[in-house]
Amino acid sequence: MTALLDPAEALDLRLPPRTLVRTLRRKPGFMIPATVLLVLFIVSLFPGWAAGFFGHADPRACDLLNSAAAPSPGHPFGRDVQGCDVYANVIYGTRTSIAIGFLTTTLAALTAAIAGTIAGSVPGLVDSFFSRIMDICLGFPFLLGAIVMLSTIRQRNVVSVSVILAIFAWPMMARLVRSSVRSVRALDYVAAGRLMGISAWRLSTRYVLANSIAPLVVVATTTVGAIIVAESSLTYLGAGLQPPTISWGLQLARAQSSFQLHPHLLIFPATFLAITVLSIITLGDSLRAALDPRQEHA
Amino acid sequence: MTMTKAVARRLLELLIVFFGVTFLIYAAVYALPGDPVASLAGNHPLPQNVMESLRSKYHLDEPLWQQYLNYLNDLLHLDFGTTFAGESVSSEMASRWPVTVALATTAWLFELLIGIGLGAIAAVKRGTWIDKGILTGTVLLSAIPVFVVGVTCQLVLGIKWHLFPIAGATEGWPRAYFLPAFVIAVFGLAAVSRLTRESMINSLNSDYIRAAKARGLPPGSLLGKHVMRNSMIPTVTFLATDLGYLLGGAVVVEGIFNLPGIGNLLFTSIRTQQGPTVVGIATALILIFLVTSVMVDLIQAALDPRTRGA
Repeated sequence: MTALLDPAEALDLRLPPRTLVRTLRRKPGFMIPATVLLVLFIVSLFPGWAAGFFGHADPRACDLLNSAAAPSPGHPFGRDVQGCDVYANVIYGTRTSIAIGFLTTTLAALTAAIAGTIAGSVPGLVDSFFSRIMDICLGFPFLLGAIVMLSTIRQRNVVSVSVILAIFAWPMMARLVRSSVRSVRALDYVAAGRLMGISAWRLSTRYVLANSIAPLVVVATTTVGAIIVAESSLTYLGAGLQPPTISWGLQLARAQSSFQLHPHLLIFPATFLAITVLSIITLGDSLRAALDPRQEHA
Repeated sequence: MTMTKAVARRLLELLIVFFGVTFLIYAAVYALPGDPVASLAGNHPLPQNVMESLRSKYHLDEPLWQQYLNYLNDLLHLDFGTTFAGESVSSEMASRWPVTVALATTAWLFELLIGIGLGAIAAVKRGTWIDKGILTGTVLLSAIPVFVVGVTCQLVLGIKWHLFPIAGATEGWPRAYFLPAFVIAVFGLAAVSRLTRESMINSLNSDYIRAAKARGLPPGSLLGKHVMRNSMIPTVTFLATDLGYLLGGAVVVEGIFNLPGIGNLLFTSIRTQQGPTVVGIATALILIFLVTSVMVDLIQAALDPRTRGA
């Protein structure tokens, strides 16, 4: 192919995959968070297995006689006020947090990819229509918008909370897709594709979207972290998940009333939460650096 | 683009967003399935004529668009609904403004001073372990949710070391607000210091700074007068648009530290499941956010002609 048809020249965002993998593998900033997240991911897929390490796998098997007992062999993180094993609860909470993070981000990224591509491809009325919808959703400060919407629904479970969070998460990504679709469509190889008679659908998906997706992937990665933080904050406030769901936010909310006496109730879920979010943010950062070397070191 | 055109365009956008946002809230809250009048009656069905008079009293017999206009009319008269106790939400909010404004301003100042300070140090010492330490430290702090930082500070600084009061605003402005404001500010530090660092490095590498250095300006006035002033624009823009976050953070932090502000009112209303109060307060805060973000844009457009375009 001639240089005219080669998108890599103009974009700088698409390295050949093998180079990308090799670059990333040498970076501790990628490998460490990736390993941590892989472990957390496996844990959230098989929580029963991971919770059983110390012999007390059931997060709902509680013993009121040992209320808020300090960490001990068999209960490495201690027990909560109801006497349930904190470790098993933290492990099951991992599943909830990761599920919400991924479900929300997937919903938001899919919506963003579709809406952003349409808005970026059809200028004029269609573009303004989608852009105004994005403006309206961005008019809500994230936490406050979510509080209003969540206080109107009856069933607040993993799925409904994810859908509501996605409503406020997609416009940021859609704006990004829209602007990168616009810049890709202006490139010569797209014009060449159009002249070759490729259908609009194929042109949009295989030529334009495939080449504008890299920034979306980076932003989606960090969004997973932001969503996990938002969910736990909302749950902590009392506007998010409700019992009997097991989640870090609920554990922390319950821990607050007694953390002066039993700090272990606060420390373990908070540590897991912080490590998860930190890993996701670091991962997103090193992905960004690998995909766009120009931004590294100003 | 001229200033008048930019203003007109921005106001038009505000209008669209205002109608969109209020309609979404209205649709989510007031157009829910279910009959409020019937549920008012409980187990004993009301006579038909009582139902009808109640419906017309609360305008429930009017078409949806008419009800939405009534709702907008209420909003424009600063009527954000009634609490379960029968008080109006806006009068509940009125007495709590000073606390929230004081908290947000203090937090904003912390973000400004600490963030710019850290960013400036990182820029001057770029590439060293100090630079990397600041970067890692601020990202680490921004990864931890606000309420975790808040409760930890309460535990360590308040209960273990007795440095600050852990709850309430009785000790007055500096002491009672120090810790909560710091907790809110911690989250923004990563972004502020990074922006400051990048733009300071840009100006440190520019020709006019090299020329000033060659002229023999003392390093102090070089940094203070020439570098800082020119690299503050992106940072100040960020800090100005940060208000939405400050309001959200205030909700959590006022709840933790029991400061009697708007956020605390929202916090307790959520916890006691007072749906209408929650929606009323949040709507008021969202509208404030919308108006201020437009004002920030306009001030910026007046100061910097480059931002007047799309």
